Amino acid sequence: MNPTRQRRLILVVLILAAVAVAVGLTVFALSRNMNYLFTPSQVEAGKAHEYRTFRLGGMVKAGSIRHDAHSLMVHFTVVDAGGAMPVDYDGILPDLFRANQAVIATGHMDGSHFVATQVLAKHDATYMPQELKDAMAKAHAGKHIAGSAAMEKTP
Amino acid sequence: MTPELGQLALILALLLALAQGILPLIGAWRGSRALMAVARPAAAGQAVFVALSFLILVWAFLHFDFSVRYVAENSNLELPWYYRIAATWGAHEGSLLLWILILNLWTVALAIFGRNLPEAFAARVLGVMGLISVGFLSFTLFTSDPFARLLPSPMNGADLNPVLQDPGMTFHPPMLYMGYVGFSVAFAFAIAALLGGSMEPSWVRQARPWTNAAWGFLSCGIVAGSWWAYSELGWGGWWFWDPVENASFMPWLVGTALIHAQAITEKRGSLRAWTILLSIFAFSLSLLGTFLVRSGLLTSVHAFASDPRRGLYILCYLAVVVGGSLLLYALRAPKVMGGKPFAVVSRETAMLIGNLMFTVAAAMVMLGTLFPLIGDALHMGRISVGPPYFGLLFPLLMTPVVLLLPLGPYLRWGKGGSGLLKGVLLRCGIAAVACALVAAFFVHGRPRAIMGVAAAVWVAAGVVLYVIRRWREMPRGRRYPAEMAGMLLAHFGVAVFLIGVLLSESLSVTRDVRMSPGDVQTIGGYQFRFDGIKQTLGPNWHAEQATVVVSRDGKPFTVMHPQKRTYPHDQVQTESAVDPGITRDLYVALGEPMDAGNVHGAWGLRVYYKPFVRWIWGGGLFMMLGGFVAAFDRRFRYRRATATEPAADTTPAAAPREAGA
Repeated sequence: MNPTRQRRLILVVLILAAVAVAVGLTVFALSRNMNYLFTPSQVEAGKAHEYRTFRLGGMVKAGSIRHDAHSLMVHFTVVDAGGAMPVDYDGILPDLFRANQAVIATGHMDGSHFVATQVLAKHDATYMPQELKDAMAKAHAGKHIAGSAAMEKTP
Repeated sequence: MTPELGQLALILALLLALAQGILPLIGAWRGSRALMAVARPAAAGQAVFVALSFLILVWAFLHFDFSVRYVAENSNLELPWYYRIAATWGAHEGSLLLWILILNLWTVALAIFGRNLPEAFAARVLGVMGLISVGFLSFTLFTSDPFARLLPSPMNGADLNPVLQDPGMTFHPPMLYMGYVGFSVAFAFAIAALLGGSMEPSWVRQARPWTNAAWGFLSCGIVAGSWWAYSELGWGGWWFWDPVENASFMPWLVGTALIHAQAITEKRGSLRAWTILLSIFAFSLSLLGTFLVRSGLLTSVHAFASDPRRGLYILCYLAVVVGGSLLLYALRAPKVMGGKPFAVVSRETAMLIGNLMFTVAAAMVMLGTLFPLIGDALHMGRISVGPPYFGLLFPLLMTPVVLLLPLGPYLRWGKGGSGLLKGVLLRCGIAAVACALVAAFFVHGRPRAIMGVAAAVWVAAGVVLYVIRRWREMPRGRRYPAEMAGMLLAHFGVAVFLIGVLLSESLSVTRDVRMSPGDVQTIGGYQFRFDGIKQTLGPNWHAEQATVVVSRDGKPFTVMHPQKRTYPHDQVQTESAVDPGITRDLYVALGEPMDAGNVHGAWGLRVYYKPFVRWIWGGGLFMMLGGFVAAFDRRFRYRRATATEPAADTTPAAAPREAGA
């Protein structure tokens, strides 16, 4: 093998190795940080079972928001047409968080409660996250159903 | 009546853009000087009409013309005049119009300053700019008309999204767009070179100031956006790896690679095909960025209303631009390739490694940003990719860049081996280790902070050593040409940025607390006392304003007033209070009353102590400055004798293939 070819071969091997490392790392990082979105009824159906961390999307049930007396801890219930999920969150809620509005919480299940580490609210009067709209449309639920009909189902 | 004039102006602009986009290209192909000569007047005329229609929209905002739907949706009688002007680009339609206006400004500047380009090449460049403009003008006219009427007109309008009512917002989008659109110049140069079948280093020299300026604007826009997120979103964060931030970051990464690749191509004639490819990527990502933000394609804080027709148009437009230019590249790139070989240890290699890292980083960011779309298309469910993905991979990719950065200027073009290198490595290394050891005592042994200091000193030492070396070795007046000064400024900015990021990330004290009036929190050696809430009024909002008295060692230090504003239509917006400083920021934001009925009781507050956070934006501003300074190098204005020869190279085959650098 002449020196030029040898150099090229080394270069190609190095590039391939770098690509392999990069792909491996990317796949690893992606698989560790993918968060799925589920609605309360999907969680109740056991769909979120296999994921430790996931995102819970739905409407904040009217009258369900309770602040702890001595800490920042807040409890509320997220509902969709077919289900309800109590959420615990220790922190400050976003500006646009209020009853009967769409919300997406990231966190994990602790027994029958969802413990949120981050809560996002919709960002203006006409906006609803598209993915949340789709997820809730599956259970053919509009805003109204989510707010009222589901309320009766909750414990 | 006036809004219709605006629309008419847009239609005329579209016709002129068609003329500018088609005739000069035909002219350059057929060798017809008359057709080529259409480019400049058409560009000027188009710019006049676009500017006219933009001004008409501003006028409609200033005069509360709520019969225009866009005005009614994004402003109201209470909105102060400066935010009414900013509202012009506050939503989808107007921001597209701003994009087009800026594209026209760049085109006109190019038509004026590009007079020493060969005639056919200039005609092609302006033609490509015209075609880009056709795409955007027709998108505006057919799917997002800013002048559409709303009849009967309402008495009062809705509101500009309160998140956008901030001084940072007034110049964040224009700066960002200046950057995005600026890359269209490099793109047009690349396409023109491919069409003509040849690429002279002297043309790349002409493209460089534009790319550098565009990159400077983009840096400025990103810094403004980051600053705005920090002060306005109320979380005290400066970067969230949000899809919209990524949308502006991808062109920046590729743009960074591009300005370095252009330097190699101009100086050495090598890597021409790579430079062309990067030009195409940088602009394609700018387009993707524009559309990602405005189309509502991705779920994000910024995304505006979506409309399937728009989405379809955007997909087609992107397919034509990206697919078309890549096809052209595949067909023509072999014709424009060429250059000189270089050794393994040379400046080219160092810059190429950096280039590779930036490109891979952009690809990585793109994968993470678009992954939810891919997952959706493959029916994998609703997925989002969390920030730790980016937080893990990005620093890994940038480590080689930071390591190579101080060495670049010491390496020679083409040739291998440099005796200077060892000395530089040794000095930078010693400086970095020494400073890291000293810093270790101050930062309580936090590894990230120590690494930050070491990396920053490593980079800064390299820059400073080079500055000293030039000072000693070069005669007066030739020490720091603008191009080099720009490079040194931008590289120094990297050092400042590294300090800011790594120190503020590892040393920040962030506490969300519940405070009743009179409560005191001690954070970072400062005592914060919450003194309750008062009501205040602004031009178009009312607010609960807290008084937080900050003291240090028992002595009063400052008083901070974070607010919770309520805009019309019950839109609530946090206005955090920041006490800025070179070594630390104090940051207080109001959360919510713990008892919704009693605003005078306990509140949730975010009280943050953020050391060196300002250096992040400082570093970004240094980079921006570097881009602008480099763009003003006199070398770029140098008129080459060969470049003024008329129509000598209208036939591709006649163009010199291997013009030396």
